[in-house]
Amino acid sequence: MQEKFSSANELVDHLFRHEAGKMVAVLTRIFGMHNLEMAEDVVQEAFLKAAQTWKFNMLPENPAAWLMQVAKNKALDIIRREQRFNHLSAEVSAQLQLETDNTIEQFFLDTEIADSQLQLIFACCHPSLKEEDQVALTLKTISGFSVAEIAKALLAQESAVQKRLYRAKQFISSQNIQLEIPVGKDLQSRLDTVYTILYLIFNEGYNSSKAGELIRKDLCAEAMRLCLLLSQHKTGDQPLTYALLSLMCFHAARFESRLDENNSMILLAQQDRTKWDKELIKRGYYYLNKSSEGNHLSVYHIESAIAAEHCLATTFAETNFDRLLSLYDLLWQMKPTPVVQLNRAVVLSYTGQTQNAITLLLSIENIDTLLQTQYMFDAVLGELYARNNEPKQAEDHFEKAIKLTPSDTEKKLLKEKIAAVRSVQWS
Amino acid sequence: MKEFMFIFTGPYYEDLDMSMETAQAHTQKWFNWVQDLTNKGIYVSGKPLVRESGKVVSGKDAVVTDGPFAESKELVGGYFIIKADNIDDAVTVAKGFPDFELGGSVHVREVQVMHM
Repeated sequence: MQEKFSSANELVDHLFRHEAGKMVAVLTRIFGMHNLEMAEDVVQEAFLKAAQTWKFNMLPENPAAWLMQVAKNKALDIIRREQRFNHLSAEVSAQLQLETDNTIEQFFLDTEIADSQLQLIFACCHPSLKEEDQVALTLKTISGFSVAEIAKALLAQESAVQKRLYRAKQFISSQNIQLEIPVGKDLQSRLDTVYTILYLIFNEGYNSSKAGELIRKDLCAEAMRLCLLLSQHKTGDQPLTYALLSLMCFHAARFESRLDENNSMILLAQQDRTKWDKELIKRGYYYLNKSSEGNHLSVYHIESAIAAEHCLATTFAETNFDRLLSLYDLLWQMKPTPVVQLNRAVVLSYTGQTQNAITLLLSIENIDTLLQTQYMFDAVLGELYARNNEPKQAEDHFEKAIKLTPSDTEKKLLKEKIAAVRSVQWS
Repeated sequence: MKEFMFIFTGPYYEDLDMSMETAQAHTQKWFNWVQDLTNKGIYVSGKPLVRESGKVVSGKDAVVTDGPFAESKELVGGYFIIKADNIDDAVTVAKGFPDFELGGSVHVREVQVMHM
């Protein structure tokens, strides 16, 4: 048993988190979604019992099964307590007891656990819930994050997270939301919500450089785990699921190369591509391939193809910008947002059409407001002007971006750019 | 070296309003403690006691009662056997017990060994 200890903590950590979701799913299936809180309490008790026992150098051979067994026993205890057979003969009550036990036993079969987990994901992503509540509820119930962890990961106050969870649970019990797998059109639209939430969770982990490294990675890993879980169930075994999964793989492959030792963002062009995780890229291609079965082209497909394009190039200069541009054209048609247009303009500039790129950027709806409020737009526009040999305009926009960004690293980066522009100007 | 028994008393984690992170942090401290004692070659064995199934058999008629229902801080949660040269050293080892802050305590007793 001793040799297990080196990884015991990690084991317990992941085990608690992953098993919590499974256990809550099975228990809410048994006790009903309106008893979600009770299910969470039972799971909590099971973990405490585990901690109490395992601390004496007693990690079981199969900790996951051990935990599930404790949860099952606790569930049976609760049911026995609630069931009263005093009005029946001993024979009949014994028979009824046996039947109950058998019924409960069914829910602990692997296939049923998978169903329950999926149903719980669908419930947490109920379309009537606010997006931020869906995210909090998903992380709490399915991913086993504590309130403190959710707050840390989402850069929110613990009290705010508590409020979101409370609101979501209130809604679920007041609306009598049931655990189920929607059918027909409802299924597709519910799946869409699930994709949105999973991608949101992934991006929370991927894009925020403020939260601690570990918790951010956990968020990404969790989103990927749930997406994989979805793909392994007949309900979620769909091209769209694979498109999202491949997109996450491509992004996650670059996770380590995006930050320098001071936790500052490194731009794609400057990233050390040898640090990209080749195994994840391979998996990305595998899922992207699977996502092409069927004839539905989604935003996730295009975004994944764009990410794949970057992964294909061994250096930034070798990127196939023409192909990227046509992918962005496609993406713009499906998702006409300012940020997509911004990226499209950058790629356009790399195909040698910087003047057109500037025109394109300036044609974005409400661009004046965006340039007053969001530093990204000024930073990119400045960059485009610099590339187009218009140093004065470049400097103006870099200056504006410096005023707008809260990040010191960004400010430093922008100041360097101004210096570079000036040196070209005077040389 | 002599052998000593550590008898751990204190509330069970289930009885404390304890977050999973705290429980996990304590479990980790225990793992580290056992690992440390094992590395030093003084850890012999240790076991938890099952809480739910305790009975007390007592009296000249050997009457069986449920229990022991001690107060939670006197509940015996488990034991270790460790090696030490003397009681003072054993007590020093016992100070590594991770659950003092949870109201737990360690009884340190030398195990009698027959040399003949």
